[in-house]
Amino acid sequence: MSDFTFTIDGVEVPAKRGQTILEAADAAGIYIPRLCWAKDLAPGGHCRVCTVLVNGRPQSACTHPAGPGMVVDHDTAELRAWRKNIVEMLFVEGNHYCMFCEKSGNCELQALGYRMGMTTPKYPYMFPQRTVDATHPDVMVDHNRCIACGRCVRASRDLDGKNVFQFVQRGHHVRVAVNADGGLGRTNLSAADQAAQLCPVGAILIKRVGYAVPVGRRLYDVKPIGSEIEAKRAPAPSGK
Amino acid sequence: MVKEVAARYGKDRTRMMDIVRDVQARFGHISGAAMDIIAREVNSHRVEVEGVVTFYAFYSEKPNGRHVIRITDCVTARMRHAEEVVEAFEKELGIKVGGTTPDGQITLEMTSCIGLCDQGPAALIDDVPVTYITPDKVKGLLRHLRESGDATTLVKTLGEGNNALDLVHSMVINNIRKRGDVIFASLEAGASIKNAIAISPNEVIRSVKTARLRGRGGAGFPAGMKWEFARNAAGKRKILVCNADEGEPGTFKDRVILTEVPGLLFEGMTVAGYAIGAAEGLLYLRGEYAYLKPYLDHLLEQRRAKKLLGKSVAGKSGFDFDIRVQLGAGAYVCGEESALIRSCEGLRGSPRDRPPFPVEKGYLDLPTVVNNVETLCCAARVLEKGAGWFAQIGSEQSSGTKLFSVSGDCRRPGVYELPFGMTLTEFLREVGGDDAQAVQVGGPSGTCVDRGQFGRKLGFEDLPTGGSMIVIGPQRDILAVASAFMEFFVEESCGWCAPCRIGNVLIQERLERIRAGKGLPEDLMYLEDLCTTVKKTSRCGLGQTSPNPVATTLQNFRKAYEAKLLSAREDGRQPTFDLRAALSEAVRVQGREPVAH
Amino acid sequence: MAKPKVATASLAGCFGCHMSILDIDERILKLAELVEFHKSPINDIKKFSERCLVGLIEGGCANDENVHVLQDFRKNCDVLISLGDCATMGGLPAMRNHVPLEECLAEAYLNGPTVHNPTKQIPNDPEIPLLLNKVYPLHEVVKIDLHLPGCPPPADAIWEVLVALLNNKPIDLKYGLLRYD
Repeated sequence: MSDFTFTIDGVEVPAKRGQTILEAADAAGIYIPRLCWAKDLAPGGHCRVCTVLVNGRPQSACTHPAGPGMVVDHDTAELRAWRKNIVEMLFVEGNHYCMFCEKSGNCELQALGYRMGMTTPKYPYMFPQRTVDATHPDVMVDHNRCIACGRCVRASRDLDGKNVFQFVQRGHHVRVAVNADGGLGRTNLSAADQAAQLCPVGAILIKRVGYAVPVGRRLYDVKPIGSEIEAKRAPAPSGK
Repeated sequence: MVKEVAARYGKDRTRMMDIVRDVQARFGHISGAAMDIIAREVNSHRVEVEGVVTFYAFYSEKPNGRHVIRITDCVTARMRHAEEVVEAFEKELGIKVGGTTPDGQITLEMTSCIGLCDQGPAALIDDVPVTYITPDKVKGLLRHLRESGDATTLVKTLGEGNNALDLVHSMVINNIRKRGDVIFASLEAGASIKNAIAISPNEVIRSVKTARLRGRGGAGFPAGMKWEFARNAAGKRKILVCNADEGEPGTFKDRVILTEVPGLLFEGMTVAGYAIGAAEGLLYLRGEYAYLKPYLDHLLEQRRAKKLLGKSVAGKSGFDFDIRVQLGAGAYVCGEESALIRSCEGLRGSPRDRPPFPVEKGYLDLPTVVNNVETLCCAARVLEKGAGWFAQIGSEQSSGTKLFSVSGDCRRPGVYELPFGMTLTEFLREVGGDDAQAVQVGGPSGTCVDRGQFGRKLGFEDLPTGGSMIVIGPQRDILAVASAFMEFFVEESCGWCAPCRIGNVLIQERLERIRAGKGLPEDLMYLEDLCTTVKKTSRCGLGQTSPNPVATTLQNFRKAYEAKLLSAREDGRQPTFDLRAALSEAVRVQGREPVAH
Repeated sequence: MAKPKVATASLAGCFGCHMSILDIDERILKLAELVEFHKSPINDIKKFSERCLVGLIEGGCANDENVHVLQDFRKNCDVLISLGDCATMGGLPAMRNHVPLEECLAEAYLNGPTVHNPTKQIPNDPEIPLLLNKVYPLHEVVKIDLHLPGCPPPADAIWEVLVALLNNKPIDLKYGLLRYD
């Protein structure tokens, strides 16, 4: 049972008290693009890809609670452009070589690029110098691909109770560090931890399981990201 | 030793800022081993400690020299040829900015605005502000520093007013150019508190509302409403935080309040504490003003002795209130209220998404009011002299006076207390900057206003400002100013959210390209699009205003951009692609020139 | 009416994108009816002698000769297309962007584990193009009209783009044809 309704692009959407706009939209089969958000994790508000207009003001749908009578704009030309710009920023900020990345086909950043029709970022590539941490026997961290979404930070702290990851530095020097001198191998991370599983890109990978799914059958080979949510949407009555 | 420091703060992880500060004071830096010990002692995690240490500009995980010289990189210092001062330091020390002398004595760094824009170029040497530095003074300063081993001995001539007190002992000058009736009028200790406790907290709030007092930090949120939200928020324990983290380049008015009329501020904090039902007040003092802390602590002690703080304040039973000074450590973003709260909790100063607002869930998730220094001073006066008295000063939507920190190309820089509602033309006449080509109203995050708009009025209804007023003379290159401001935002972004973290770097890159004469006509639209995206999608006020130096100059000084643009090249190559530069490595390594095609 | 001309080139690439052009299977016959290949490694025409409708370029821009080829294409083609990831973002060759050029050359010709180079000389004949400091996406060197990423771009994507261009229709790639791997 819903507590109240609000509208997204004019469509009435039911919501429960305490639900965020993004959660209510998901339940209603409306996919708002997102990157740093993950089910069961507290929202982070890092990527801003889920930006919507709430009564005319930009807000991140993953953090903003739905409210009765709220008017949300979501799929507008303006918002699509801003979101695509952010995705393009993330591509140029790191070193994303999809052609040999194990995550390719299952990568949420890449899938958003596909869904948004990005052919190449309009921004110049930064080609930053970053490191790879292979000290752990079962898990590797490739900072080249990190988009600073903080999923691993939140998952390790809130789901695994380990605090293996945390942001260090600030501004464009921000990076994810591990809770030990000498790399991931010196922490108590295990490959089964949520923090090792939830990376949306190929920055945290389980070793020795790469390329397990053949091209054509990977997560986003056939259908765009978000299709599973949109599939929940009740089909419009015929004749419309 | 590190354990002792942690014990001094009750092994309380929310006191991380103080613990880290003291450890650094003792060892010059916070080593990995020290982080491990701190984490163990306060039941945190090493990487959390590392996160804090690396977030704040004044903390270092790498060994520093015995003394650290931080030269301000504020645009107002650049206007006074700070780069020559930097060169003189580099030459004299034989190191570059960021380096430490081989004898381990001195580290040289640049830092963002340190609130001494009217007396720059300035630097912090350890915690000691050194003003009016010229290249020829550098040698003497360094010799003296090395000989005495104590930066406080660099203070030869004391500033006026309280700057000369033993507890402050500073060469900083106040430069108060205009005193108004609200901030710089005489003060009787306890007067506003006495009036406040004579009425109910709700009546105090009503009074502040009637005075139409709005926040002085720049955003202008009605103070009474904020207090009411916090008072009505669920929970017994409420917190009052004073934001003394003025970091907007060109802002230094709170420094002068803290030096000359801190009593008024403490009155205001106490009144606010009474109104919202808080027993705890935190004064978040920017790390740049650490030199004021002994004096402020001393005043707080005096107020406790006079029963103006502590149990049953001013004899009002049931009203307990005390104030603690919390030092920051060089992070502009902590001026944003939710980031400031994070910092008070001993965390990285990253803002939070709102809702929930701090008035519902702030410091330690308790209902928290964060007010600007000046706002609290105004509140004290409202209680002392009456809401009606306050409301009749200024304009309809902007009651009271405003403190302006004036710097840049004008004859009389300093602090002015003026009623709201003045036009920029009137303002420039007052400060001696009539020939200005522009005024940066509200600092880099504000608006760069051109001559054509000097008829606009200072106030919330037209041109809001937290107080920073940088006068830009006719000789200045507007794009150079914008560039300095963008550098500032790139440096000060907390990095939490993607558009601010990345977008500002991209804006800066394209601005520099245009400045170098390599911009294309389409770059202006590219910049506008980027600016809009960063403004609309960033998480906090910093990101939402960070593109303003470019966005507002693109609007008001478009010709300055257009004059720099290139048109397409005959040979089809992008004018931005510099073939010679791109071949420089190969030419050097292979020792030959490319074959002409 | 003369058939529209298509020119192609491979810069710092692997010719995989050219293989993908050929991978349109029997449609290649149809393509041959629709267009005429001008300057291209496919037919070994070395110089532009006519204006081309489309220029397809694979590979990143890695040396001074690449720059020259790009300028030549820009001058002679109406629509210039970056074909494949190396062209659109530098691709694998751009991995050297993280290493100074001097170290790259030393690794490639002197120190690498598989190097056999008895003369211990880095090749330096004047005929060998000089390398750029880094590998550039093509649009940073000349203006590019269309980007078709992929490693390589699917043959169907190349086909759809060419057909749309020839018919002056908007390009609307169906899901799965736009890819970065």
